[in-house]
Amino acid sequence: MEISNKLINDLAPTKFGKRGVIWTISLIIISIAGIIAYIDQVVKGQVVTNMNDYALWGIYISNFVFFVATSFVGAVTVAVLRLTNNAWRTPIVRIAEIISVASIIMAGLTIMIDMGRPDRLLYLFIHGRMQSPIIWDVIIIPTYIVICLLLLYFPLLPDLAILKNHFSKTNPKLSKWYGILSLNWSGSEKQKSIQLKSIQIIAILIIPAGFVLQTVDAWLFSTLFRVGWDSTNMGAYFISGASVAGVGALVTVMYVIRRANKLEAYITDYHFDKLGKFLVLTCLIYLYFNINEYVIPEFTSKKEEITHLNHLYSGQYAPLFWFVIIGGLIIPIIVLLFKKGRKPLPMFYVGMLVVIGSWWKRFLIVTPTLLQPFLPIQGVPESWHHYFPSFHEWIITFATLAMALLIITFLVRYLPIVPIQRTADEQEETEINKSVISKTVTP
Amino acid sequence: MANKKTEEGSNNRRNFLRLGLMSSVSAVAGATLISNLTADEVEPSGEKIRVLTPDGKMVEVDAKSINKYPEAVITPTESRKGIPDKKFVMVIDLAKCKNARKCVEGCQKAHKLDDHEEFMKVQLIQNNEEGSPYWFPKPCFHCDEPPCVTVCPTGATFKREDGIVLIDNERCIGCKFCITSCPYSARQFNWGHKEKFEDKSQPYSPETQVPAAEGTVMKCDFCPDMLRQGKLPHCATACPMGVIYFGDKNEDIVTNGSETVSFSQLIKDRGGYRHLEHLGTKPNVYYLPAVNRQFPVERGFDVDEEIIERYKDVPFVKELKEQGKL
Repeated sequence: MEISNKLINDLAPTKFGKRGVIWTISLIIISIAGIIAYIDQVVKGQVVTNMNDYALWGIYISNFVFFVATSFVGAVTVAVLRLTNNAWRTPIVRIAEIISVASIIMAGLTIMIDMGRPDRLLYLFIHGRMQSPIIWDVIIIPTYIVICLLLLYFPLLPDLAILKNHFSKTNPKLSKWYGILSLNWSGSEKQKSIQLKSIQIIAILIIPAGFVLQTVDAWLFSTLFRVGWDSTNMGAYFISGASVAGVGALVTVMYVIRRANKLEAYITDYHFDKLGKFLVLTCLIYLYFNINEYVIPEFTSKKEEITHLNHLYSGQYAPLFWFVIIGGLIIPIIVLLFKKGRKPLPMFYVGMLVVIGSWWKRFLIVTPTLLQPFLPIQGVPESWHHYFPSFHEWIITFATLAMALLIITFLVRYLPIVPIQRTADEQEETEINKSVISKTVTP
Repeated sequence: MANKKTEEGSNNRRNFLRLGLMSSVSAVAGATLISNLTADEVEPSGEKIRVLTPDGKMVEVDAKSINKYPEAVITPTESRKGIPDKKFVMVIDLAKCKNARKCVEGCQKAHKLDDHEEFMKVQLIQNNEEGSPYWFPKPCFHCDEPPCVTVCPTGATFKREDGIVLIDNERCIGCKFCITSCPYSARQFNWGHKEKFEDKSQPYSPETQVPAAEGTVMKCDFCPDMLRQGKLPHCATACPMGVIYFGDKNEDIVTNGSETVSFSQLIKDRGGYRHLEHLGTKPNVYYLPAVNRQFPVERGFDVDEEIIERYKDVPFVKELKEQGKL
């Protein structure tokens, strides 16, 4: 079973062009700016943010929730498509795995930015109490990071071995690294069976882990006495919202990588079409939960509930709310229902819209609720009746997003985005099938 | 005249509470207290006070020796236990409140709080458009099912045997989860560094919350340091109207400094209730409804412009402003 040179040349990672270099440097600059801003925050305290005793969770938390949501893409696409045996997943799974890894790592880091006393991080382990939903997060996030890394790593082994040989002459240093990481992969039957079993275990494990992660994230809110959070809808609402954010991110990143790495022959319109259908399905489910969350409480119209909803429908957050619902959900659904809307370029724009909508959606879940407490906000400075992130908060948040993109960029630079071995195997299979079919059909 | 009477009453009351509480003071500080007494030769004043030793004996000591003894510092570990056999409760009589804000100021002074840091807040509540608004002093409710304690990841906030909910700011990691969990918005966060945090003249105790610390949470604490001395919390002492009653549920007794009444009888007779009862947090702060009021609500507007501005969203205040009466 010889893998054609063309396939390897097409799929092996290559050095960045000018654009790639500019992109990477920009991301590094934003990240550094964010680190400086964070150091300043540690020195001066969270007084540099615009958070206050009422709006005491701001974009740090909503950004964290966004990262957690996006990391769900690994569980949704890789594992679910694998279990349902959807063959079209091959060229896109690795991108999904990479997004998952980047997002969940950044989620773990972002949550610490919101801590008033980062110097006491270890207290979570020394004095941790199981009854607190924060401890549930402390347990599930590292678990999910490990599972995501393994799900990315195990299927990579054969490809790493291929790359080791591929780069042995042109770049021996890189080749050596691939060699180490490939764990002496030779492709023997025994190795293959171990690898297959491991992947299967991880692929099944990531589904409950992903569900737990999203649910714990939802419970961070629904365990509290707050209008808009205290809802039994939250767990399922977060899981479906995470599918939207994750698949939206996948579509966007996939389009960019396809263009940058010239993978048009491997990631085809067919894949976009399939993924478009998947995205519209997740959007429709999410719409259903949004109706539960925003329309149904209108019927009982409890005082606090209705004040909160009016705040969103027509209050200070109304423009954002309608942008998120219409731009982030309804327009994507309409566009994706048409075959033409599922072509790569329209899908890219829809993906962007979904991701931006998803980000602001988390903001709308977190902050407006905090500004609607049971007892009226009185006796605090006027500015405490509103919340808009400060310069520090924006810089730090942009930096976390840049770091996530940086992790993705780094992995794209050094890993084959489309699995080489599996693509070769599948091509071979189709060849065999073709010959079998032609043999049986012709008398 | 009336004032003098109040003062006398409050003194009597304090002595009364002191007797009840003295045993607990000596339980904590007793061992050192006694050794202190024997070590120091003090000229006796002649006045004797009876205190309980840790082994349960009643002894008589000279009053001067006790006064000389520095107040015991309750460390974070000790503060988790609570004062034995007590179950503290507060009753706030809304019919008597006229927004004099003495409770707020007294509390701020004792806890070294700044302008907008208020453990006790006086809110103006109007339940419906027709309803008459009333002044609503709001401390921490020290719930029996405290959501803040449930969600705290490190046990920095805790519920004691005597019903008080406190915060150990040396344990707090600043996640703010407890602030979001509190349906009564009782908690506050120290967002930035302040000079007063560095004042170490008074050793830190969760019972006083002084000095506060950056990046940690604080809130009303029912002044356990005062309770240990047999005194009322600062807000109750400061209130000129006797709005705030404080006492012990086990003894079924509460006092506002001038009158001492049976807690259960007070609640029964005056229709006492707990705010947002339906949430099931079981607060230890009760309210007596604002009926048969001693002052019209307008009396409460006899304060700074800045304070009036706080209530601008209340329908009643809007109305007054439209009519040019404010």
